[in-house]
Amino acid sequence: MTLYVPGRLLEQIWAHAEASYPEEGAGVLLGSVEGEERWAKQLLPFANHFAPESRHNRYLIDPRDMLRAEEEAERLGLDVIGVFHSHPGHPARPSEFDREWALPWYSYVITSVQGGKAVESRSWRLTADRQQMQEEPLQVQQDQLT
Amino acid sequence: MSVIRVPTPLRPYTEGQKEIQINGGTVGEALKDLANRYPSLKPHLFDETGSLRPYVNLFLNDEDVRELQGESTPLKAEDRLMIVPSIAGGQ
Repeated sequence: MTLYVPGRLLEQIWAHAEASYPEEGAGVLLGSVEGEERWAKQLLPFANHFAPESRHNRYLIDPRDMLRAEEEAERLGLDVIGVFHSHPGHPARPSEFDREWALPWYSYVITSVQGGKAVESRSWRLTADRQQMQEEPLQVQQDQLT
Repeated sequence: MSVIRVPTPLRPYTEGQKEIQINGGTVGEALKDLANRYPSLKPHLFDETGSLRPYVNLFLNDEDVRELQGESTPLKAEDRLMIVPSIAGGQ
């Protein structure tokens, strides 16, 4: 079980995390799947729709944005493979709140932002019994020079 | 028959099917048809009282069914329903 992310997409995830700071920033990963391996191909950064006073430690993606993500995935022949969000001033590991809201199957990429700078991203999946988030290897792919 | 599109987290419960032809004159009947054909999907759509779970959103041809007539919303043969999960979290 591995999530492969092209370097240019990780840069976009970090840019969205830094632009959202000190609030949490979130979005959706589109990609392809083969068995337990996933390849991120596109990402869709979205606005944080949680109540403004809680956006420093909570995020909510509007269901209409999720609908757009599903439609975009369908248009591109991809799947929604996961969700990314940032933890301003906190480590790149899931909180209890993250686990409670997590859906099975998705890859949850969490980026730690310290002092406005993204420093680390790690990926997690909810276990089948919903009891914990298990880390999956996040492998950054070097972009091909053309 | 209408078509329902299943998001990736629920596809393990629909034998990997992305789009499924469903029977039913309303959104509620179509969901029950879906749940009867894929029983392991049922607890992910409905709670113990049979109500649709709050994190399950349904869009009928891009309109949120909560803004239409909910589960009583009529379905036509060419209609397309999408199940869209609510996504939230935080540190």
